[in-house]
Amino acid sequence: MKIHAKFSGGRLTIYFIGELDHHGAAQAAGEIDDILEEYLPRDCAVNLSELRFMDSSGIALILRVSRAMGRMGGRVWIEDPAPQPLRVIDAGGIERLVPIMAAKEEVRK
Amino acid sequence: MNYVNYIKMEFPSRSANEGFARAAAAGFAAQLDPTLEELGDIKTAVSEAVTNCIVHAYPEELGKISMRMRIVKERRLEIVIRDWGRGIDNVERAMQPMFTTGGEDRSGMGFTIMESFTDRLKVKSAPGRGTTVTLERTIKPRAVR
Repeated sequence: MKIHAKFSGGRLTIYFIGELDHHGAAQAAGEIDDILEEYLPRDCAVNLSELRFMDSSGIALILRVSRAMGRMGGRVWIEDPAPQPLRVIDAGGIERLVPIMAAKEEVRK
Repeated sequence: MNYVNYIKMEFPSRSANEGFARAAAAGFAAQLDPTLEELGDIKTAVSEAVTNCIVHAYPEELGKISMRMRIVKERRLEIVIRDWGRGIDNVERAMQPMFTTGGEDRSGMGFTIMESFTDRLKVKSAPGRGTTVTLERTIKPRAVR
């Protein structure tokens, strides 16, 4: 599991890459906290296009980003989930809390 | 003999073994020629069950986890994951969505996902004696997909 971040125009994109399970989640959580603290973004996309696998540890991590963005008064969404992560997101029903967007889709105000 | 094939493995409750367990499950299931989606579902359910053992059964110590997989009649895959850890006081409550004793780092969705990604989920537990989770999933033949 690797984390990669890109920041442009107030929008932070956090890329989850590889396989995300409980084993890698604790380290990833620390890296994400550091990234959010560094950029203090207005908007944050969690990009799952290069995530080959995730289980419910991924749901916990996405909700962690959502809570942090909520505290900062910012917006968060899931971007371009790969098929397996999308099935887990659907099963967990978290789209009610964190919307899913295509990378080029404008976030609705 | 009521099975076509089986494996049995045992490993300590180290989190590094989560990936190993789901890769082993996928490798065994591959002989049924599953779709990528079916394979992903099996890996996800196994990952959840093994993670529960590591996080909840043995929260402060290493313990033993066993995983047995069988192919029984009509392409049904049966996966039994067992620990000898703390056990669950109230299985019904533990299976409710969003319920967790694991704090903010856990989503409480593990059993929900196991249920969603299998045809049948059975959980048997006794406090202080451990938990046995049985996952069943029928892999459809290619012709009827």
